[in-house]
Amino acid sequence: MDKAWKDMTPDERLAKRLDDYVAMPGFEFASSEAEALYRERATIIRDAFEMKVPVRVPVFPSEGFFPILNAGLTMKDALYNYEAVAEAILAYLDEFQPDAWFGSLAIVPGRCFDILDYKLYDWPGQKLAGHLMYQMNEGEYVTANEYPALAADPSGFFLSKYLPRVFGALEPLVKMPLLPTIQEMPMTPTALLPFGMPDVQEALQKLMEAGNEAMRWMQVMGGLGAQVRALGFTDWAGGAAKAPFDAIGDTLRGTQGMMLDMYRHPDELIEACERFVPLMVEMGVSAANMTGVPLIFMPLHKGADGFMSNAQFEKFYWPTLKQVMLGLVEEGCIPVMFAEGGYGQRLEIVAEFPKGKSIWWFDQTDMKRVKEILGDTCCIAGNVSTALMAAGTPDEVRAYCRELIETAGKDGGFILTNGCGVDHAKPENVRALMEAGKEYGVYR
Amino acid sequence: MSEKLVSAMADMREDEALTLVKDLLAEGTDPMEILGAAREAMDIVGKRFESGQYFLPELIMAGEMLNQITVLVKPEVAKIPQAESKGTVVIGSVAGDIHDIGKNIVTFMLEVNGFEVYDLGVDVSPQAFVDAIKTHKAAVVGLSGFLTLAFDAMKETVTAIEAAGLRDSVKVMVGGGQVTDKIREYTGADAYGDDAMEAVGLAQDWIGG
Repeated sequence: MDKAWKDMTPDERLAKRLDDYVAMPGFEFASSEAEALYRERATIIRDAFEMKVPVRVPVFPSEGFFPILNAGLTMKDALYNYEAVAEAILAYLDEFQPDAWFGSLAIVPGRCFDILDYKLYDWPGQKLAGHLMYQMNEGEYVTANEYPALAADPSGFFLSKYLPRVFGALEPLVKMPLLPTIQEMPMTPTALLPFGMPDVQEALQKLMEAGNEAMRWMQVMGGLGAQVRALGFTDWAGGAAKAPFDAIGDTLRGTQGMMLDMYRHPDELIEACERFVPLMVEMGVSAANMTGVPLIFMPLHKGADGFMSNAQFEKFYWPTLKQVMLGLVEEGCIPVMFAEGGYGQRLEIVAEFPKGKSIWWFDQTDMKRVKEILGDTCCIAGNVSTALMAAGTPDEVRAYCRELIETAGKDGGFILTNGCGVDHAKPENVRALMEAGKEYGVYR
Repeated sequence: MSEKLVSAMADMREDEALTLVKDLLAEGTDPMEILGAAREAMDIVGKRFESGQYFLPELIMAGEMLNQITVLVKPEVAKIPQAESKGTVVIGSVAGDIHDIGKNIVTFMLEVNGFEVYDLGVDVSPQAFVDAIKTHKAAVVGLSGFLTLAFDAMKETVTAIEAAGLRDSVKVMVGGGQVTDKIREYTGADAYGDDAMEAVGLAQDWIGG
């Protein structure tokens, strides 16, 4: 009998997750050819992750909204027409045959956000024109003097403070009781009172409506996910988690607030980041358990080159990020670190991570240096320029990919892809990327 | 004491800097002297940013200190004495893009380097750029964008500048997010800059200073 999960070592858990990712036990593929193709693709990704020399370099674009635009749909369609999204993605996969797809993580159901009157973003079909990508309204949704409250009880804080601020329809949730006060029988009725208030009931009603819409969306997208796998494509992300510094900086404090906090509230900032570590680990692990894909996408933001000094990175950003990564590794997951922008300043620091446990994926960092400094630590991925994909020629893309494979791909441990979503790429350039990977990326 | 203020600000000692300003004002120091010291401190911050000693937190912190000091020093004199302008730059995030952090850093660095900068904000239409170039007789225009949708918006803005007959009198620089030299070529801009220092260097090359 299999060893119980709790008795397994992190390496045993990783091996189990990877075995399942490659074998997909019990999963029904569309055909034996599709099944063989899936295994081949999952195996080269596994080999690259394990820093071995795969048969061939795994290759796929970070497709973003490219499948949507390639199908002639708008950004608004992407958020509102689930069936059209599914069709567009299937058509994209069929046409370009990438080794993996990123999944529908970025393509969200717009109606959920309409119902809840979301303030944190503007999106097409709401405030933005139909052809525009959704965009964040950065701000101080949480003030600096709220750090103690946030750190004391992140869940309670989200329920009655943060959510009412970022969702207009959830404003009445400020009346939510502190749940751990629901104790003995005599102490319970008071906590129930808010649930009897008409405005709170209306907010809860809106949540149910949004939940129904999310279910409708998931029916389509979940079905799509299974269909994509059945056709032989692997998933490049089984879930996501964030660096605690970004979890607080991106959506709670904003860049401006977070940068000032490093001077004005350094200890409280660090304490709050520490409180977010277990939450972020849980976010990643639960997703991996649900999807059966151990790769956990971690989009990194405020630790990029230029955002802070290395001393600040090592004090404020890296310690709790490293704890999240180690927490994921402990559970047999693979942190896929997406270093958006440049990360050349930090390579020596992040290279201290245990060998062969993560993937670092680069957007605009010099891959020769990456190979030199990080090549012995982990699998590396990237970094075909998104601008080149949008404005370059297929020959330029091919030449760049060839050079990348010869340098960053030397002796394996490399995945050929681009950085940020190739939303506005020319289709011929996506084709050139795929062809280059399959032509120049063969090791044996 | 204003030297102390310069170093307190330049070294990011916010509380000390604000206390010093209050003390100086209580002693009857000329507000212009205080603002002169603040400007000197900003120059030092700019230089440390250029040399890689300071990063985003320090620029934001310096801006924050400056705001508080200008509030303390009566509003009627709250205009930082500027060295004579080295030239005029119009800047903005292009149509459809509402990101502004990178653009704000470039604006800050251009200002501390003596350029007069008109920041048009975010989601700026091609026509608004054209109007501002005319109104302010700008020699340089900076187009900022974070998302890939900005590539086309930048191109359309350059086209609009050309159609307005202004292309020969203004230099266009692009930057931000995923912008590279390839996008410079695509949009028809004159140059691309990777960071705020490159933007300053371009402006200096084009209009001196």
